[in-house]
Amino acid sequence: MSSTSSTTSGAAKPASTRAKPANKWEQAADWTDGRLGIYSLAKTNLRKIFPDHWSFMLGEICLYTFIIIILTGVYLTLFFKPSMGEVVYNGSYIPLKGIPMSEAYASTVDISFEVRGGLLVRQIHHWAALVFVAAMFVHMMRVFFTGAFRKPREINWVFGFLLLVLGMFDGFFGYSLPDDLLSGTGIRFMEGAVLATPLIGTYVQMFLFGGEFPGHDIVPRFFTIHVLLIPGIMLGLLVAHLILVFYHKHTQWAGPGKTEKNVVGMPLMPVYMAKAGGFFFLVFGLIAAISAIASINPIWAYGPYRPDQVSTDAQPDWYMGFSEGLIRIMPGWEVSLWGHTLNLGVAIPLMVLFPMVLVSIAAYPFIEGWITGDKREHHILDRPRNAPVRTALGAAWISLYLVLLAAGGNDLFATHLHLSINSVTYFVRVGMFVVPVIVFIVTKRWCLGLQRRDKEKVLHGRETGVIKRLPHGEFVEVHAQLPQKDLHKLTAHEQIEPFELPAETDENGVASKANVLDRTRAKLSRGFYGEGSQIPKPTSEEHHEITSGHGHH
Amino acid sequence: MSHDMSEEKLPESHGSAGHHEVAAHGDPFADPGLPAHEPRRTDIDERAAKRAERQVSLMFVVSMLATIGFIASYVAIDPDKIVYIWPLGHVSALNFALGMTLGLALFLIGAGAVHWARTLMSDHEIPAERHPIEADDEVRADVIEQFRTGAAESGFGRRKMIRNTLIGSMALVPLSGVVLLRDLGPLPEDKLEHTGWEEATDAKPLQLINMNTNQPMKAEDIITGSLTFAMPEGLSTHDEDFQQRIAKDALMLVRIAPENIKDDKSKEKGFEGILAYSKICTHVGCPISLYEQQTHHALCPCHQSTFDLADGARVIFGPAGHPLPQLKITTDEKGFLVAHGDFDEPVGPSYWERAR
Repeated sequence: MSSTSSTTSGAAKPASTRAKPANKWEQAADWTDGRLGIYSLAKTNLRKIFPDHWSFMLGEICLYTFIIIILTGVYLTLFFKPSMGEVVYNGSYIPLKGIPMSEAYASTVDISFEVRGGLLVRQIHHWAALVFVAAMFVHMMRVFFTGAFRKPREINWVFGFLLLVLGMFDGFFGYSLPDDLLSGTGIRFMEGAVLATPLIGTYVQMFLFGGEFPGHDIVPRFFTIHVLLIPGIMLGLLVAHLILVFYHKHTQWAGPGKTEKNVVGMPLMPVYMAKAGGFFFLVFGLIAAISAIASINPIWAYGPYRPDQVSTDAQPDWYMGFSEGLIRIMPGWEVSLWGHTLNLGVAIPLMVLFPMVLVSIAAYPFIEGWITGDKREHHILDRPRNAPVRTALGAAWISLYLVLLAAGGNDLFATHLHLSINSVTYFVRVGMFVVPVIVFIVTKRWCLGLQRRDKEKVLHGRETGVIKRLPHGEFVEVHAQLPQKDLHKLTAHEQIEPFELPAETDENGVASKANVLDRTRAKLSRGFYGEGSQIPKPTSEEHHEITSGHGHH
Repeated sequence: MSHDMSEEKLPESHGSAGHHEVAAHGDPFADPGLPAHEPRRTDIDERAAKRAERQVSLMFVVSMLATIGFIASYVAIDPDKIVYIWPLGHVSALNFALGMTLGLALFLIGAGAVHWARTLMSDHEIPAERHPIEADDEVRADVIEQFRTGAAESGFGRRKMIRNTLIGSMALVPLSGVVLLRDLGPLPEDKLEHTGWEEATDAKPLQLINMNTNQPMKAEDIITGSLTFAMPEGLSTHDEDFQQRIAKDALMLVRIAPENIKDDKSKEKGFEGILAYSKICTHVGCPISLYEQQTHHALCPCHQSTFDLADGARVIFGPAGHPLPQLKITTDEKGFLVAHGDFDEPVGPSYWERAR
């Protein structure tokens, strides 16, 4: 790089075929490449092609809110004191003056009132966390309903799922830190849940809290989990998630020129650097503006935590609402056996149902892959209507989630709508089972209806709104053929044949009964792809017959 | 059908044959190839492009001004100043000014960049080839062969003693980490079975202290239909372990006309219709605070477990699994309410070791 005076005598410099750098920047890039090999890395990635669709930016929102959370979170740690040591408040917020409270609570009040801009950063942190989890949900729905989780992306789906679950729990640990009346109630709830664990509950409780509830350890312990342990794991998963997105290349919608073997779009540099980079600032700017006008978690209004005090309508942040719903609608089953108590009323919702609702998300790609037996890579997205059972299952899951979320706010429904809390709860107990089934049926039929409409459009063209009178007096509406790009788009999807069991008897007439797994698979496959689960898509023969036969009609 | 697509059907250049022409013969559903690029106004009109450039720059300039505004607000606005802003109401002036200027400064950078990309950067759609994720058979065979060679050279499969002792040591070594966790907390022992009321004895009963007035209570001061919260004598909010103590000791005192008390055992534990129940919900430990005088129902605000205080705090609705424990109370010679002992069952949520 530099030309020193002491050139090694005699031996000629090894000849470099590399062209002389045109300017200082190229020179610096050459230097870096010599050490990090950046050129080979950039070769495939600098002009990497990304397809364009609004739904592909949902994942970006997750990424950007995560960055915002880390930036603001680091700032908050500079002022927050994760300690349960008691202090008497003597700050500028008059209503709390002279009240004993933990240092955690006092420092959070100070961040809100003494540190200039501290309240803004706190609110950005909390708002960004809400948007983060919401964006992950919506991003996952996008991936689910379009079938983007299929091979080769199942592992990345699981990474995303883990990020969702970790994000939810980190949110819980985060809002538990200020040690205010609301979050303390949340921790008390967690303590009760831990105690309900059979066999080891009391031990876990003592070890977690460093003694009896609430003790003096839980806030500092949650602090470490919240700022170091979980974000560290999440950062690793996030990087892996993004590497896989780059490696697999993005999925794309069917359309003219788009195949399973290509990806059509615009290059990372400059278009997506500008668009995606700019989008970060848009998200950050919006969240900052929301934090300027909408207060969130005003802990000074709740007061410090006291185990013998509570506010009404104590609710967790929205993403934990469904677990709250589960716990509220569960009947109080408690079983005594051999001098022991099994608290099913808490254990079933939190240790069985809560994980089941979540794990069903993680498992779905593998279940669908097993049913279809499809081993090919899929890069063209499904339109949700073209996978009616999958779409209906997803919609049913969402409805279950929403029913449980409503159950988590049953007291609000009761007070705001003047209903009896008992009726709301009974309704949700039934609704939890009935609503998803209804939603499943409705969604599936809806998808089939849309498939029929697509078929109609392909075969008979679109309605032009032009009414023609025929010589014999009949009025008909003129239909116009769709352009070929639309015909292609509407027929590009493939329809899966249901998996058939091999014949019950082989060629020699010997019974060969399929095993239970295969029979289950065949049954599920019929349910997913059999008659009544998809409308046969139009064939080119049908199209020929109609278009060439009696002309456009 | 998209699987049959091969690359040669992708157009080399834009603006290939018209769609309808292709549709006339052959497969009407065939992929017509990438549509021709349609130029934007800014692609063909230099004045439009100039205008877009000015718009983008304007956004960046306003962003700069907003950042200056942020710094000015930080310096100039008093943190305690409250202003009225329609329709938000009374808000902190500093928080509003900082958030709005920061939001604007960030948003306009983003808006400028996106506008720049959408109007001035090339919007030609380019196809890039995909390659299968899985390796071809040759690579696969090569890697498996390499692995076999490596495994054979290590002797891992052949030298079973090394293998087994290695597995054994690896399995044991994390135990040290587990053992280190032992001092996270004490063992449960019988801690959950007792409350602070266990200090009360026949010789030295503990007075019930009203949480609001911090005074002992006379039975005649408790009127029928009232709800009072109480704690044991000697407990102070400034005690080191106050939070732990109150999490178990908190009482809820109600007075119900004795003829309305349905449960005889409960009536006996009370004093002339004054019943002292644990305030801690038996579901997951929230403090119960809502009392309906007419029906004698107490409701936990967290999960709506409802207890009939006239019937031994029986659960009549909600997710709680058993009644609220009741503390036996009486009065001392001066007429103050006292307890002579602890609850006869653990308070709060149930757990595995809890005997009914």
